[in-house]
Amino acid sequence: MTSTTKDANYEIPVDGTVMACLDVSQYNRSVVDYAAWASRRLTAELQCLHVLDDKTRRSAGVDFSGSIGMDAQSHLLDELAELDARQARIEMQQGRAMLAEACARAEAAGAHRPVSLQRQGPLPRALTELEDGVRLFVLGKRGESADINRDHLGANLERVVRSVHRPILVSPRAYRDVQRFAIAFDGSATTRKCVEMVCMSPLLAGLSCHLVTAGSPPDGQAGIDWAVERLQAAGFDPQTHVESGDADRVIADRVEQLDIDLLIMGAYGHSRIRRMIVGSTTTTLLRNCRIPILLLR
Amino acid sequence: MLLLHRIRRDWFSSLRGDALSGLVVALALIPEAIAFSLIAGVDPKVGLYASFCIAVVIAFAGGRPGMISAATGAMALLMITLVRDHGLQYLLAATVLTGLLQIVAGYLRLADLMRFVSRSVVTGFVNALAILIFLAQLPELIDVPLAVYPMVVGGLLIIYGLPRLTRVVPSPLIAIVVLTGLSLVLGIDVPTVGDKGQLPDALPVFLLPDIPWNLETLMIILPVSVTLMTVGLLESFLTAQIVDELTDTPSDKHREAKGQGLANIVSGFFGGMAGCAMIGQSVINIKSGGRGRMSALLAGVFLLLMVVFLDDWVGRIPMAALVAVMIMVSIGTFSWQSIADLRVHPKTSSLVMLGTVVVTVATHDLAKGVLTGVLLSALGFARKVGQVLVVDRFLDEDGARRTYTVTGQVFFASADRFLSEFDFREVVETVRIDVTRAHFWDLSAVGALDRVILKFRREGVEVEILGMDEASRTLVDRLGVADRPDAENLLGH
Repeated sequence: MTSTTKDANYEIPVDGTVMACLDVSQYNRSVVDYAAWASRRLTAELQCLHVLDDKTRRSAGVDFSGSIGMDAQSHLLDELAELDARQARIEMQQGRAMLAEACARAEAAGAHRPVSLQRQGPLPRALTELEDGVRLFVLGKRGESADINRDHLGANLERVVRSVHRPILVSPRAYRDVQRFAIAFDGSATTRKCVEMVCMSPLLAGLSCHLVTAGSPPDGQAGIDWAVERLQAAGFDPQTHVESGDADRVIADRVEQLDIDLLIMGAYGHSRIRRMIVGSTTTTLLRNCRIPILLLR
Repeated sequence: MLLLHRIRRDWFSSLRGDALSGLVVALALIPEAIAFSLIAGVDPKVGLYASFCIAVVIAFAGGRPGMISAATGAMALLMITLVRDHGLQYLLAATVLTGLLQIVAGYLRLADLMRFVSRSVVTGFVNALAILIFLAQLPELIDVPLAVYPMVVGGLLIIYGLPRLTRVVPSPLIAIVVLTGLSLVLGIDVPTVGDKGQLPDALPVFLLPDIPWNLETLMIILPVSVTLMTVGLLESFLTAQIVDELTDTPSDKHREAKGQGLANIVSGFFGGMAGCAMIGQSVINIKSGGRGRMSALLAGVFLLLMVVFLDDWVGRIPMAALVAVMIMVSIGTFSWQSIADLRVHPKTSSLVMLGTVVVTVATHDLAKGVLTGVLLSALGFARKVGQVLVVDRFLDEDGARRTYTVTGQVFFASADRFLSEFDFREVVETVRIDVTRAHFWDLSAVGALDRVILKFRREGVEVEILGMDEASRTLVDRLGVADRPDAENLLGH
């Protein structure tokens, strides 16, 4: 079980593992690299997870004879089960090889005791089942089934973000060392929670900190002052950037301009209704930014 | 996004497999829909329209992608009397009412009751269904021209022989085409589908059933509709279970119930009879690679297109060909393994299975058969659990006090045995009955204990009861065993 610190109604995990969620996609390497980085900074154990998923892809051989003989149902069941078993064994072996490679890579990157783990999917459910012992999930921006050519999020990512209650680090395709990070801040409870987390976690201690605000936050300068105060108390030297315009545009521009290496933001809007709307700031930024994004519930 | 994801998964994840299997299923549905219409005593078009409406509506509203629903034999058998006594219009009204009842059943979550339907009852259901489908073919085999018999045999040979050569074409279709061709070329005079009634020549249209909308009508159709609802849901839930197992994916049974209801309402208004999920067809669908909702939709659409545009040809299909196909369906539905299992399975399980079959075949009503099976398995279970009762005796050294330790389940089925465990003729000063590790499930159990106490008292024996609170908790806190720390001791005897 993860113990949590209760501070002004925020629940922030302070122990547990860093879990790298891997599949057979091009994002694996950077996922492992970022997970190793986080595990190093948090001195947390690193778990490499492979979720076996998507049974629907399996299908029986061609049989359009349309005839059913004696005990057709039980024969068909045996046949399908055998087929599934064969494919599952292959996937399991592929996954194991991939995990071994990932663990070796993580170890070389200085991760804290990497362990590998395999679970049955679907991915969102596997993650919610595991999240109790987890401090941070690291996921690739796109999964193996997603089309790389388009700016399309991995089909699973959005569902994972909605169902998991732990911080999620969404990694881009390439890893680069984190020197500067930015917090997307609008004074809301979610983004205040982001600030709290940054203050309490050793993850980002000592790095260059930026606070980016689009438009004017509901509680004006007071919210920003609060954040600056908190961050300074935690030993950061935050630089604030307030600019009018669309949140996604402003944040994306600033991230590029300031050469930010990691963006921290709340996962999806604050209300249920807003969460339903696809195309929120979070989704847009997830789609367009080329840097890792740390999402906080 | 979640909805979009679900739509993509249910409809488009196996498009190619669904399209091909939809075609295979449509070809297999045509003879079945015609055959089941004839069982019910209506024109073939009633069953064909029903199969189209139900397959298409279920594709959207059902809770089990990959399952095929249409006009079925189990339902057709329940309509015979209504059609004979009151005519088609009453059947259409009964179909609509069946649908309404099924939607109510969906909201009442009746599917949860399926947990009382044991494996043996399911096997009995499937076997009874197969036997009924086979028996329904007998009228086409009795008192017919001699040429029918070789045609049926030939049809079966093609159906079972062709897949050994190639599995690319549906063998039942080839059997139908060959037999139709032969009968036309050789001019064999055998009954054809066209002789049996009207075939569809147009797309179905919306029509209100032409009946007096009054209480009297309701009283005529309600009993039929209630039975239809029960059997339709039973077969649909069972088929959904089978498809769940075959594809290793879950289904939403409550949504399925509402979907079946909507499908029957639509069917009734478009001139179709009531239907439900089909075990045989669903197995064929899965076997042919169908997994998504698209296969049911395409099966319905293909079926209607073929029937409407080929109605001249469909009319010339000899009944012998349909009989061959239906014999295949009944052979494929029957669980042959269950016959071999009779020797190895527990006698009570076999009794449940056979009871279900016998009652269903005798009444032609699967609901009655399943009810019999459920009651038999409940009785068998009560009898078995009633044996989980042990009474240990212990006599004090001075012979003045006798202790009985009761462990196990005391309820109506074991109350008599409980009573017989006590020796009332023994002369002791006190009797101590320790029931801490017993369960008193009902009033029969409490009554039995009362009688034991009374009997001992009459013999002048002092009676002491230990642990009554624990023992009777099951009686007070309905069915609360799991929270008892010693629960495993109670059952682990």
